[in-house]
Amino acid sequence: MHPFSFHAAATEQEAIAEAAAGGRYIAGGTTLVDLMREEVERPRRLIDINRLPLRDVHVQDDGLVIGALARMSDVARDPATAQVQPLIVDALVEGASPQIRNMASIGGNLLQRVRCSYFRTLDAPCNKRTPGSGCSAIGGANSGHALFGTSVHCVATHPSDLAVALVALDAVILTRGPGGARRFPVEALYRMPGETPHLEHTLEPGEMIVEIRVPHGSYARRARYLKVRDRASYEFAVVSVAVAMDIDGGIVRDVRLAAGGVGTMPWRLRGSEAVLTGRQSGRAAWRDAAERAIDGAQPLVGNHFKVELLRRTVVRALEMVGGAA
Amino acid sequence: MAAGSAALGVADLPTDAAGPQTAEIELIVNGRSRRLELDTRTSLLDALREHLQLTGTKKGCNQGACGACTVLLDGRRVNSCLTLALMHDGAHITTVEGLARGDALHPVQAAFIEHDGFQCGYCTPGQIMSAVACIAEGHTGSDDEIRAWMSGNICRCGAYPGIVAAVAQAARAG
Amino acid sequence: MIDPSIGLPLPRVDGRAKVTGAAQYAAEFNQPNQVYAVVVNSTVGLGRIAAIDAAAATGMPGVVAILSHLNAPRLPYHEHRAFVDPAIGERLHVLQDDQVRFFGHPVAVVIAETLDQAEHAAAAMRISYAAETPVVRLDAPGAVMIVPDAARKPSGRTIADGVRGDPDAAFAQATHQIDATYDIAREHHNPMEPHATVALWDGDHLTLWSKSQFVVNEAIEIAAVFGVPAEQVLVICPFIGGAFGAALRTWSHVTLAALAARHVGRPVKLVLSRRQMFYAVGHRPRTVQRVALAAAPDGRLAAIIHEGTAETSRYEQYIDALTTASAFLYACPNVRTTYRLVPLDSSTPTFMRGPGEASGIVALECAMDELAVALAMDPIELRLRNEPTVNEQNGLPFSSRSMRACYALGAARFGWERRDPRPRSMHDGRLLIGWGMAAATYPSSRAPANARARILADGTAEVETAASDMGPGTYTSMTQVAADALELAPADVRIRIGRSDFPPTPPHGGSMTMASVGSAVQAACLAARALAGGTNYRDIIARRGGEPIVAAASSARGDEQRRFSMNAFGAVFAEVAVDPDLCTVRVRRAVGAYGAGRIINPRLARSQCTGGMVGGIGMALMEQTVVDTRDGRPVNASMADYLVPVNLDVGSLDALFVDEDDPYVNPLGAKGIGEIAIVGMAPAIANAVFHATGQRVRDFPIRIEALLST
Repeated sequence: MHPFSFHAAATEQEAIAEAAAGGRYIAGGTTLVDLMREEVERPRRLIDINRLPLRDVHVQDDGLVIGALARMSDVARDPATAQVQPLIVDALVEGASPQIRNMASIGGNLLQRVRCSYFRTLDAPCNKRTPGSGCSAIGGANSGHALFGTSVHCVATHPSDLAVALVALDAVILTRGPGGARRFPVEALYRMPGETPHLEHTLEPGEMIVEIRVPHGSYARRARYLKVRDRASYEFAVVSVAVAMDIDGGIVRDVRLAAGGVGTMPWRLRGSEAVLTGRQSGRAAWRDAAERAIDGAQPLVGNHFKVELLRRTVVRALEMVGGAA
Repeated sequence: MAAGSAALGVADLPTDAAGPQTAEIELIVNGRSRRLELDTRTSLLDALREHLQLTGTKKGCNQGACGACTVLLDGRRVNSCLTLALMHDGAHITTVEGLARGDALHPVQAAFIEHDGFQCGYCTPGQIMSAVACIAEGHTGSDDEIRAWMSGNICRCGAYPGIVAAVAQAARAG
Repeated sequence: MIDPSIGLPLPRVDGRAKVTGAAQYAAEFNQPNQVYAVVVNSTVGLGRIAAIDAAAATGMPGVVAILSHLNAPRLPYHEHRAFVDPAIGERLHVLQDDQVRFFGHPVAVVIAETLDQAEHAAAAMRISYAAETPVVRLDAPGAVMIVPDAARKPSGRTIADGVRGDPDAAFAQATHQIDATYDIAREHHNPMEPHATVALWDGDHLTLWSKSQFVVNEAIEIAAVFGVPAEQVLVICPFIGGAFGAALRTWSHVTLAALAARHVGRPVKLVLSRRQMFYAVGHRPRTVQRVALAAAPDGRLAAIIHEGTAETSRYEQYIDALTTASAFLYACPNVRTTYRLVPLDSSTPTFMRGPGEASGIVALECAMDELAVALAMDPIELRLRNEPTVNEQNGLPFSSRSMRACYALGAARFGWERRDPRPRSMHDGRLLIGWGMAAATYPSSRAPANARARILADGTAEVETAASDMGPGTYTSMTQVAADALELAPADVRIRIGRSDFPPTPPHGGSMTMASVGSAVQAACLAARALAGGTNYRDIIARRGGEPIVAAASSARGDEQRRFSMNAFGAVFAEVAVDPDLCTVRVRRAVGAYGAGRIINPRLARSQCTGGMVGGIGMALMEQTVVDTRDGRPVNASMADYLVPVNLDVGSLDALFVDEDDPYVNPLGAKGIGEIAIVGMAPAIANAVFHATGQRVRDFPIRIEALLST
């Protein structure tokens, strides 16, 4: 670990000022400390923001409000969240071990970095870690890598389960920073690697996530996060699908779908949503939606199987929410 | 990749940190106040093992991927390897050394012995701390619920059947 | 008169120490004035070190010293080879030259005042290489198959070419044939405790608190490396946080710790990181095995051909008994077993739980299942029809063989008679249910061992022996053995193990600790009791003026190995649930029935066997070390990425023991269970997966990916 200095901020203004001067926020630390130990992350100054009053979780008229420093476990066991957004609870519980869920903040979860093994060690070329050094995964071991949103510079999968659910639910992020306050969709937090794989999100230097807002939707209560993996727990998704669906009289009125484990960012399946909206619910519709979901997939040597797995996972997730008939 | 040059990625970044790189903190460990002067980099786990000689808490992977380092931090189970000690100035830490009351084992400890919920013993302190929290959280309604909520603690000896039985028994007794 | 304790399910005598955190593992013996060492590993898979720039690291705060081949002293590396070391080749020498033999080869060690300082400085080492392209897969172009030199003799545990009858002709003529190839991935032991050594020199005496399954040999090995008399090296290891074979050999990091400590003149603690656990502390070699079986319509085997190939390193020929069991597990007049190695630019593999058999029996028992399907015969029935009366490989009678009883007991407990033999015929809702079984065996061996018993004035006794306890419960089972021999209550016996200056013992592995050390402990205790001339020890010792009664004894095998084929046998049954769409596999329940001689402690034995079954779940469904084909890098070198079973992966497991009285195997009649516990589980699961799905996956592990694409 590189040496660093440390400051626990008492107020948001103080934290933002420190960050503007080059400090790096730390909340739960479950991603940052891990990567600092590998020296993949090398902050010179850490700003501990855990004292800031950003942990509140409540429901208001226009949606669910989650403080960015609320812990995964706090949100997952919040009764109001379970009632209005069961998809979020699903994704949180599946998203990490109980210990990590007690530590990791919601904001930090959204900013967790990729699990690509070549990124997480200093001794392999990686364009994300060292721009211009090359991508080791493209010609190497890539069974865990992405089908969508990749570039010739990076193919790493975004690891967050929660982000998949939030992207599906059209959640919005509120930030504050040196440049003031901003509000934008969670989906807009992420960047695809393109020519600049080292840039993963759209936050400005010193900008802090303060809140997540999840709008109410008629689809929200019939929802499921289906995470497929080789071991039953404590593993990142091989493929996951978040689905929330409003079915009325056998007709899909509104639906939200997103996939994890397959994209360089949480992957919203808008094509599938379009296929489903207004359709008679049932297997035929689910299959069509799944077919649409794999459109444009660009498999690598090692991850071809994810295309078929994604297709099947979409069908299953839709069945779980909308019935198998 | 065959042509090797080491340490790709350690660009020539400034290695100096801005400001002091040590800090003095207080941890209340197993009810006892401990003052420590620490390198800012020191994990809570290393503070316990290397500075306080509380070696009951184990380092298995140092990456949050095994659970051997589980302790209670202000009553909640956490991976002590994934957090910095100085983030917890004034916090209450409970480690496996702090469970028994004199000669009387904590019910979870006794249940682990009775059900042989361990073999080599290295994951055991983490399993036990996790079990204490799992019971307090109320996630012991069924064997499968225990399995799910104890899955953040890997046991390579495969003592899972005994662990589940021990947690179930301690939950019933508690 | 005190009731015998052997056979009683006593709780572990070291249980309290382990549940309170008092049990101390190697890295926990912090020494005053200690510094920390961190190993630097090569970042290429083959070649030479071209240059080392330690300037940045050297100038960092807290750095005490940096050692590489440029400044490390030349070490004597005297000849020493224990039987845990390969018979052919030479152990890895560290910091002696510029050669890089595999990815992660130790090339330097950094010593600093604190762990954080040492880790940071190690990361700042700039080392450049003249890299060459390594051969890292046994099926890669350039990989060359060899006959293992130590297996050229036609006898012994591992035979390169064994044949009886005319297997090829018999195979060609038979009505029913199976010919299949099974590929099992490289696995790493991944014990929870990383390898660790604390080294302290006092003059030319060295003390090592070091993770070891073989403290006696670790002392001798390090003495040989440094050219000091063996009695000047003391190795202490009272507890081992799991090892499964990974701590049998003394690996190069122990040398580095001792070297660093000598160089800086202070105690040094060196602990491998989890990633470093994938570099040079052994692994189960990847194997590719062809099994061809032929049978008559009644199921009688006409031919068994088992051709096994395993990877090894270029500098040592690691061998194990990969194909050995195929020569005696079943009756068959025509058998050929071959065993080959492919040397690669990797570190040397080593024994991993059930070495040889765990992999070899996957191939044999999956092939038997395929044959049962081809014959439309129940898999147990097929096996029963081929149950031998003697070991047909060497003609020796079995000292005991409870295979039939294992089938019967296991099948009854599992409910096998309710199995519908048709693949894809059993369901639970949408899930496909599969029931599979496999036979298991592992040899019961024994090696010379020593122990010393001391009866004290207070009437209690202590027993010293250099043995280890990596988890099976050596402390407890030896307490029972000693208590019975001395006619004492277990509470009045203390077992002390894990020091190289205690009476020497063989390695803690190969399922022979009870057979070897237990026999020695029993002999020492019986000798002490004989010296006492009675069991009223307090009075006897009081009459001697309070002087303790001390007796040492040795135990070694007699001629039983020449008279009998001695093996544990077992039958393993597994139920899997397979999601037909998502292709996830879960083991819902499993039953293992074992004929393993006398069970010293049923509570611990059951635990050990179900633990082995969990290892089998890993082997069948999860474990694989992914190697980058370009440079040999272990890509998934972390516990998040190298998957082993977690609690939720494990359903209900049951281990049963048939009553078996084996008077020949050793004085205690215990065959050992540590290895057989894993043998058989992986093929039982694979066969269950076939039964569930109709898909025969022959590449292990059987992950989602495999079932999706077959």
